[in-house]
Amino acid sequence: MATMIDTSPITPSAKEATSPIRVEDVHKYYELGDTKVHALRGISVEIAHGEFVAVMGASGSGKSTFMNILGCLDGPSAGKYFLEGTDVSLLNKRELAAIRNRKIGFVFQGFNLLSRTTALENAELPAIYARISEEERLKRAKEALAMVGLADRAEHFPSQLSGGQQQRVAIARALVNRPAILLADEPTGNLDSRTSVEVMEIFQKLNDERGLTIVLVTHEPDIAQFAKRALIFRDGKIRKDEPIQDRQIASEVLRTLPQLED
Amino acid sequence: MELMATIRIALRAIARNKMRSCLTSLGIIIGVGAVIAMVALGQGAQQQVQQQIAAMGSNVLYVGSGTMNKGGVRLGWGNTKTLLYDDVVAIRRECPAVATVAAGTGASAQIVFGNDNWYTRITGTEPNYLDIRVWPLAEGTNFTQDDVQTADNVAIIGDTVRKNLFGDTDPIGQTVRINQLPFHVIGVLSVKGSSVAMGSDQDDIIIMPYTTVQKKIAGNEWLQYAMVSAQSKEASFAAQTQIEGVLRDRHHIRAGQDDDFFVRNMADVADLYDQQTTVMTLLLASIASVSLIVGGIGIMNIMLVSVTERTREIGIRMAIGATEEDVQRQFLTEAVVLSAMGGAIGILSGLILSFLIPRVLGWPVSVSTTAILIAVIFSIAVGIFFGYYPARKAARLNPIEALRYE
Repeated sequence: MATMIDTSPITPSAKEATSPIRVEDVHKYYELGDTKVHALRGISVEIAHGEFVAVMGASGSGKSTFMNILGCLDGPSAGKYFLEGTDVSLLNKRELAAIRNRKIGFVFQGFNLLSRTTALENAELPAIYARISEEERLKRAKEALAMVGLADRAEHFPSQLSGGQQQRVAIARALVNRPAILLADEPTGNLDSRTSVEVMEIFQKLNDERGLTIVLVTHEPDIAQFAKRALIFRDGKIRKDEPIQDRQIASEVLRTLPQLED
Repeated sequence: MELMATIRIALRAIARNKMRSCLTSLGIIIGVGAVIAMVALGQGAQQQVQQQIAAMGSNVLYVGSGTMNKGGVRLGWGNTKTLLYDDVVAIRRECPAVATVAAGTGASAQIVFGNDNWYTRITGTEPNYLDIRVWPLAEGTNFTQDDVQTADNVAIIGDTVRKNLFGDTDPIGQTVRINQLPFHVIGVLSVKGSSVAMGSDQDDIIIMPYTTVQKKIAGNEWLQYAMVSAQSKEASFAAQTQIEGVLRDRHHIRAGQDDDFFVRNMADVADLYDQQTTVMTLLLASIASVSLIVGGIGIMNIMLVSVTERTREIGIRMAIGATEEDVQRQFLTEAVVLSAMGGAIGILSGLILSFLIPRVLGWPVSVSTTAILIAVIFSIAVGIFFGYYPARKAARLNPIEALRYE
């Protein structure tokens, strides 16, 4: 499978100087009826190229809000967010959509594939919004599916795929526009432990071989062990920012896990 | 996103709920079908009127006594006593564009035969009347100029009168009574049918010499009208001018004074009825187009449901880079595809209806390509108009909330 992976660096070396993600004193408030919820209380963090960051924290700690801001689905109430040096708060909705489309790949907990749409068409979707020609689109979607080991399932519908396979289709979809950043929100939340490790194997491969910057939200410490750096959120602030000790290599872990009967 | 991909996505979304899509389109199908069938019906009536007017002879002119206002509503028709047989003679003599003239006067009376009686219109005229009207006899003979001279009690009856008075009895040679006077039935007219233009049963008539009507039934000396046949269709306008000149002169009407007669050209009559049937066609079409609007509301309703049902899909699409415009275009395309499909099926059903109406109901139809074109454009416009709000609603969704939607 490794031979199919495009190992050339995704971004030109000139961009190495600018961090893909730089967050400066970001606050986020929500109005919930009469009460004001302060979801983020001054987050500052910089994530460099090729990093693999696990964002951890209890529910309500602000990690999902943080991810939504990183993913340009939501804007900060105060503070600044620079994505590859661009101040995102200055962009309009259309430009934000373009950033989500081209610079960011999303992987969700619930897979979020379109039902009654084949794996190939799901993977192809972001390329449609990027106005890529049909021929190129199909080529890329097939490549992306091959990358996650689902080349033979291209014509299957999500309902015909296992949870792990669906999540791999979602990863293929996230990769089709060749983004520099992959944001994964609890990608293993709905998966069993072996499948979770398989997904982590793909993440590590993408991170190691393609230099993809990955930000992974998880509440499972086991899963965080596959990342390189951990951000621990509590009450809207980063409590801890430290490198992962005893980092696990997914391909090795998989060898120790019992093989499931298909 | 290119158009074909958008339409493909729309078709797939429509195919996902086949039953619902069919029911949604049904409003448009009925609307478009009804518009096409109604316009076909209206135009069919229009053509029939035109044909009947043409059959009456496009070179026929009608000279009526009394006045007619400019809008075409007759005022005081037949009430003036100034149109006399001498005028008919003068028209015959002095108007070169005129081929023949038949004097005419009318009355209504009870006709009695044996134990049966029948109330009908009496037309008093001259023998050439039947030629001008292009109305041959079914049996018997026409009356003659001699009968006119002597004001003979002879009558030609229409088919409706024959049926009501005589039934299976041969009417020729029988005697009927009108105002106690005996009349010999010498002829029966061929069936002319009811006239769309005149709005009445043309066969409910009895024809006799005008002199007989004047002297024995109406008790007067004037005429109500004259039927004129011009030398040709082209000559009918010249004939009109000449007749007007002769009659003004004979009636001593000075310039600026109102005429005490009117001349109506069949071309004018055709125009008049043309206007009326056009109004009728428009009326039918506008009633039918109400169902198009109702169909549009149906589309809007279903699109709103669809947007709610697919909130999560919209969230996914937005998260992976669909702009508001992309989402809006997607749902708008879906609405337009729905309504355009309804339009296409509607055209088919309209054509089938237009095929069936003349065969089942016996009404004439004329399918109009303009109506089809307008129906298509209208159905697409309905899709755009009623699809806009749901599409806008979809595009305005907050992607975070949409993704969380269960």
